[in-house]
Amino acid sequence: MKFKAMATVAALVLAAPMGAMADPDDDTLVLNDETTMVTKTAAPAHLEGALDTIMSGWHFRSDETQVMQADDFDNPGMVFVENALAAWETADGSEGKSCASCHGAVETMAGVKATYPKWNEDAGKVYTLQNQVNACRTERMGAKAWGYDKQPAIEMEALLSSYSRGMPVNVAIDGPARATWEKGKELYYTRTGQLEMSCANCHEDNYGNMIRADHLSQGQINGFPTYRLKNAKLNGVQSRFKGCVRDTRAETYSPGSEEFIALELYVMSRGNGLSVEGPSVRN
Amino acid sequence: MKFTTLTVTAIWAAGAAFAGVVEPGDVVFTEDGAVEASLTGKPGNAERGAEVYGSKKLGNCVACHQITSQDVAFPGNVGPVLDGAADRWSEAELRGILTNSKMTFEGTIMPAYYKVDGFVRPGKAYTGKAADDTFAPLLNPEQIEDVVAFLMTLKEE
Ligand code: HEC
Ligand code: HEC
Repeated sequence: MKFKAMATVAALVLAAPMGAMADPDDDTLVLNDETTMVTKTAAPAHLEGALDTIMSGWHFRSDETQVMQADDFDNPGMVFVENALAAWETADGSEGKSCASCHGAVETMAGVKATYPKWNEDAGKVYTLQNQVNACRTERMGAKAWGYDKQPAIEMEALLSSYSRGMPVNVAIDGPARATWEKGKELYYTRTGQLEMSCANCHEDNYGNMIRADHLSQGQINGFPTYRLKNAKLNGVQSRFKGCVRDTRAETYSPGSEEFIALELYVMSRGNGLSVEGPSVRN
Repeated sequence: MKFTTLTVTAIWAAGAAFAGVVEPGDVVFTEDGAVEASLTGKPGNAERGAEVYGSKKLGNCVACHQITSQDVAFPGNVGPVLDGAADRWSEAELRGILTNSKMTFEGTIMPAYYKVDGFVRPGKAYTGKAADDTFAPLLNPEQIEDVVAFLMTLKEE
């Protein structure tokens, strides 16, 4: 009987008018008229059986939102990058040092964002970019750690990301990071809350479909931090995770928690091969 | 097949309905996921069911489903179009799909509307906080019966 029911539904889905679908588009993102971004590409090997093609969330947004991201002058996220550039050069903490004191020009950070989250040998755990920035602040500058996904932290992440734009996401999932990655994968497929939905239910099984007025993307994070028109600010990856988990009527985890660090590593690895886009523009 | 496999438990459930409301833990499903007995012991109200169906605060069925005759802004398409649902399903089957759709469609994304246990990290509605003693099924028995009555009006043949 179950079989019969399933067959009926399958036939229905096939018969649904194509007009009801809202597939990702085939536009090309060229940044500042110079850098052609990889926004669609073959999925990394570890996604075999799950996805063939990975796509940036950019493809699921309206043309108006898409063009805002194509030019730094139109991208509202770039204001925050400017703020962080000032912070980069401003001394803070008991050692009287700034980021620039140790690292020089921010250009030296090109490529860094593409490899985070990443195993940190000294700490003996996986660090997100914000964890690493805070380690520099507390251990080298004698400054206070920034709150997770709070304004200064998210602006600095956006600055660092902006210098990796166009480079392929390339996080390591083997070696010592493996156990954390496995944990993140488990979280990704766990159906949480009263609605019993996992990340995969929406972003793997239903991307391209509409859930009410929302066009479901693959939930990729190559574009983070993201400037959202909806709340007119920069949004961190883990705050976004929190919102999505909350929407399953579940008890969420907090930004900065072990669980979300693991989930960030896993979700970032699903985008291995897409260009770093942050700060991107979404709705 | 559908109507001949009426099991002993289903007959028991029909009897229990006289006692009034069926608690979420006491709902009896047939092996195909149908629920024979009304959860309230009474028929539902189709008009009220249409409201529950469309309301974002109640069923929010429109997040995933479309009905051609209904004029709703932005219906979703995660689930099938429900035109003619009553031609495809019996009342008991529709009640089963609403109560706990996973008993009919294994692994479906559609939430269970009349279920209170077996959740991973259940929350207090959409607050992101842990569930407390206000935790209740997504819809109450009257609302389920109302939506069933509404779905029974979706006939094309
Ligand atoms: C109930 C459906 C649902 C579930 C479950 C869900 N999401 Fe989402 N998610 C959305 C919607 C709707 C959006 C906004 C449209 C979009 O970008 O896909 C979104 C957006 C996102 C984005 C932003 C993408 C971008 O390009 O800016 C990320 C990242 C994301 N989700 C990750 C996750 C993760 C990780 C989980 C699991 C912990 C998850 N989501 C669970 C519905 C869901
Ligand atoms: C998050 C998405 C979602 C929500 C919300 C949802 N459904 Fe569904 N529904 C589905 C999917 C998907 C299916 C198809 C079964 C499958 O293959 O998983 C389905 C199947 C059905 C069917 C049988 C389909 C047919 O016509 O053959 C009915 C009837 C139905 N749903 C009614 C409802 C009602 C009524 C509500 C609200 C009280 C609701 N659904 C809420 C996703 C959803």
